[in-house]
Formats: sequence, structure tokens, C-alpha cells
Amino acid sequence: MTEFGLRLAISLTQIAAVMGIVVVTVLILTLAERKVLGWMQDRMGPMEVGPYGILQPFADAIKLFFKEDIIPAGANKFLFTVAPILCLIPAFIGFAVIPWGPNQTFEINGITVRPFVISDINIGILYILAFASLGAYGIILGGWASNSKYSLLGGLRSAAQIISYELNVGLSIVGVLILAGSLSLVKITDAQAGGFWNWYLFALPAPQIFAFVVYVISSVAETNRVPFDLPEAESELVAGFFTEYSGLRFAFFFLAEYANMVLVSCVAAALFLGGCNAPYPGTIMALIGLPSLAWVENTMWFAVKTYSFLFLFFWLRATLPRLRYDQLMRFGWKVMLPIALGNIVVTALAVFFYQQMK
Amino acid sequence: MSQLFFGYFAGMIAITSMMVVALRNPVYSALSLLVMFFHVAGLFITLHAEFLAAVQIIVYAGAILVLYLFVVMILNVKQDDRYHSQWRIAGFVCVPLLIESIVLLSGAGATDSGSRSLQSGPHDAIVADNTLAIGKILYSTYLFPFEVASLVLLVAMIGAIVLAKRDIGENDASHMSQTAVDE
Repeated sequence: MTEFGLRLAISLTQIAAVMGIVVVTVLILTLAERKVLGWMQDRMGPMEVGPYGILQPFADAIKLFFKEDIIPAGANKFLFTVAPILCLIPAFIGFAVIPWGPNQTFEINGITVRPFVISDINIGILYILAFASLGAYGIILGGWASNSKYSLLGGLRSAAQIISYELNVGLSIVGVLILAGSLSLVKITDAQAGGFWNWYLFALPAPQIFAFVVYVISSVAETNRVPFDLPEAESELVAGFFTEYSGLRFAFFFLAEYANMVLVSCVAAALFLGGCNAPYPGTIMALIGLPSLAWVENTMWFAVKTYSFLFLFFWLRATLPRLRYDQLMRFGWKVMLPIALGNIVVTALAVFFYQQMK
Repeated sequence: MSQLFFGYFAGMIAITSMMVVALRNPVYSALSLLVMFFHVAGLFITLHAEFLAAVQIIVYAGAILVLYLFVVMILNVKQDDRYHSQWRIAGFVCVPLLIESIVLLSGAGATDSGSRSLQSGPHDAIVADNTLAIGKILYSTYLFPFEVASLVLLVAMIGAIVLAKRDIGENDASHMSQTAVDE
């Protein structure tokens, strides 16, 4: 039973570490978004709290914690309370299968520990898709339970949007799965080692450039970010599905949105951009004789890829106006879906003939 | 341990699926259906069928049930008592089922444990990669039924579109004449 206890302790430590990293990342993102938007619009961004405004996220968090928590009179209290939690859990649970660093193991008392992934399950990417699809429930139920027209419309829009674009996310990933021959994120990342020409974005039998574009656009839509932020279009719907939310419950929705952004960025980095593998073969640390520190370099590469993806989200927000609802649906079903399907056919044929030639 | 998990999942499936039909608020019904899908996925995992579990959640919980919820919210059915309080029909269906299950449980209780332990033997042998196994079986042994099923779904989809948008032809015609007039 002590073995079980040790396993539990190790797992809990890993979970706590990952949660901590994600929450810190979200804090950084809230500030980074406002700063980047500010610079892109020739402003300074927040400057008041702390030197150069770097303590702004803490001020925001404290403000949200101490705000009065209002439940509207006509609201369904149970669902109104459950909805933010339903939104937050799927956003965080997906991080369990993301490999943050190299696939190495060490042993404590005969128990094999993988320090850089909480759990390497053999359906990793499907697990993430499954829980990502549940995020829609928090949004729809939050919109419905608020008993407000704006919230309901926002929730319904979001349901339609998330279902449409989730399909494209799932289909754009299939090409990578065909190339890797596995659903485990650890195996997919390992298969891309040895230079950027092995990343699935550029890998030879079938470069997944189109799939990557479809994935990026669809993941922006799935996280309800500009230019696809129709569920919370403020000029039409006040604030969409969370119009009636305040205080901590609003903070939950906010946290869920940013955690989702981090999650889709991590998945993009792991599937298309080689995960924690450097763009050159091997690692510099191994070259200068410190192979035991190679994991630092690898995790840094993962962070760089994830953060450049997150920067793309801010960039899009600063440059693009919001789409109209019918444009969004037509674009999703008539442009993205055929490209994703075509990519699957081309990739499958390329891989088949590549194997025949070998 | 696995018995314990089976008991939990089976019990929750039974309870939540009864709640789907018993609850008055259709949104709550849809939510208990969601909980039920999760427990069915849990049952798949105890059988080492992780792929099926994930697909169960993605397809049923992630897509189909969201559409149900969508419809329930748009219709906004509140206190519609037409289909409640049908005790006579309920009794007519439930009494035979109850008798049947009592007969089955009392008769099969003795031989049940033996046959189950026999069945669980081969299950443990094919743990390796169930996604690969499903794919291979689906595209070799069951290729024809699989393709027929996809064809049936395609026909159903076309049928739904034709039924829902009866005015496609008329609309196009009027649109055409409209543009002709404009020109």
C-alpha cells in the first residue's frame, strides 16, 4: 500500500505543478494581451500597478475575488452555479496528457516516473478532444440559466459555433495521426525528433501545412477569440453568455477561456511543431557535454512554441474585425471542412505510396 | 476492484437513465443523460476499450447531446404535463419487466459467476492497442456493413436536408428570376 501512496503522491505533485504552471501562464497572458494590444495600437497598455504595470494581473484577480456575487432573480440557481465549473474543468483536465519535455524516465523506490507528462494514455489526443467538446456545456448552460435574452442568444450561438469548428479541429488532426500512426501525444512528439524538417508541419511524405492552417483558424474559433468571438459579441449581445455573471463566477469563465487558449496552443506545438524537440538535431546541452540538462532546453523550446502561438491569438485580436454569423458558418462548413477532408485524402494516399516505394 | 467499479458505473447508468425520463425539467433530463454517457464511457474503460470510451464522449456527449440541449432551449418547453402522469401505461410496461428480471436473477444467479470469470480471460489478452484492433477489424472483416452503415447515414442526412428545406428549388427559381429582373 505504500507503493500506492507513493504513486499517489507523485501524481498529485505533478498535477499541482502543471496546474501552477497553467495558472501562472494565464496570469501572464492577461497582462501580455493588454500590453501587446496596447503596443499594436500605439498605446502603453496598463502602467499603473507596479513598475511598468506588471502587477496588473494580481490587481485584477483581487478585484474579481472581492466583487459581489450576484445571482439574477429569475435564474436557475443550480445551473447558474454549475456552469462556470463545467466550463473550467474541461479546460484544465486536458493538460494531463500534454508532454512538456523529453520522454525520459527515472525511478524512485522501483516506481517509474515520467517527469514531463502526467499520464501517457494511448488515446491522448482523443482524450483532449473529448473534454474540449464538453466546454460547450458550461457556455450553453450558463447562457440558459441566466434567464436573459442576451445570455441565451450568446449561449446558442456558441453551441453552434463550437460544434461546427470542433469538427474541423478533429479532422485537421487526422493527417498527423496518419503520419505518426499513434494517438499518444508522447509518441507523436517523439516521432518528430531530429530537426525542423521532421516536424509534421514540414515532414516529407505529406507536409501538413494546410491542416495546420485549418487547425489554427478552427482553434481560434473554438476558444471564442476574435475574430470568432460571436458568443460574446459586445456590440450586439452586451457580453454574450456571461452577461449576468459577476465576481468569482465570471473569473471562472475568464480563466477557462485563457486555459483553453493555452491548451490549444500546447496541442498545436505538440502535433505540428515538434513539441519539445529543438529545430536542429539533438540538443546544444548534449553537444557541450551536459546531456543531463538537455531537458531544460527541450522544455524551453516547448514554451517558445506555445507562447508564439499565444502571441498569434493577440495579433489576430489586434488586426481583424469580427465576422458576421452567416460568414462564420459558411466559412466553417464550406471552406475549412473541404480543405480538412482533402488533406486527409492526400495524406493517406501519400503515406500509402511512400510505404509502397520503401 | 473491477467488480466495485462495475457496480458503481452500472448503478449510476441505471439511476441517471431513469432520471432522464423521470425529471420534469427537460434541461435536467439532458444533463442526466450527459452523466449517463460519462458512466458508459467509464464502463468501456474498465473493459480496456479506451478508444470507444473517447468516441462515446466526443460523439454522444460532445455533439449529439449539445444539439438536444439546443432544441430543448429553443423550444423552451416548461411545464408541459401532457406526457406525465401516465401511470396505467407505466404499470403495464413495468410489471412484466420486473417479473422477468426477478425470474432471470433467481434462475441465473448460481451459474453467473462461473461463466463471467471464463469470459474475462480472452479480454485481458487483447489489451495491446485497441484502436489499431478496431481499425483492422472494421476495414477487413466488417468492411461491407461499415460502408453500408455510412451510406445509410448519408441518405438520412440528405433526407433530413430535403425535408427541412422544402423550398430550395422554389427559392432558387425565385432568386434567379429576381437577379434576371435586376439585370
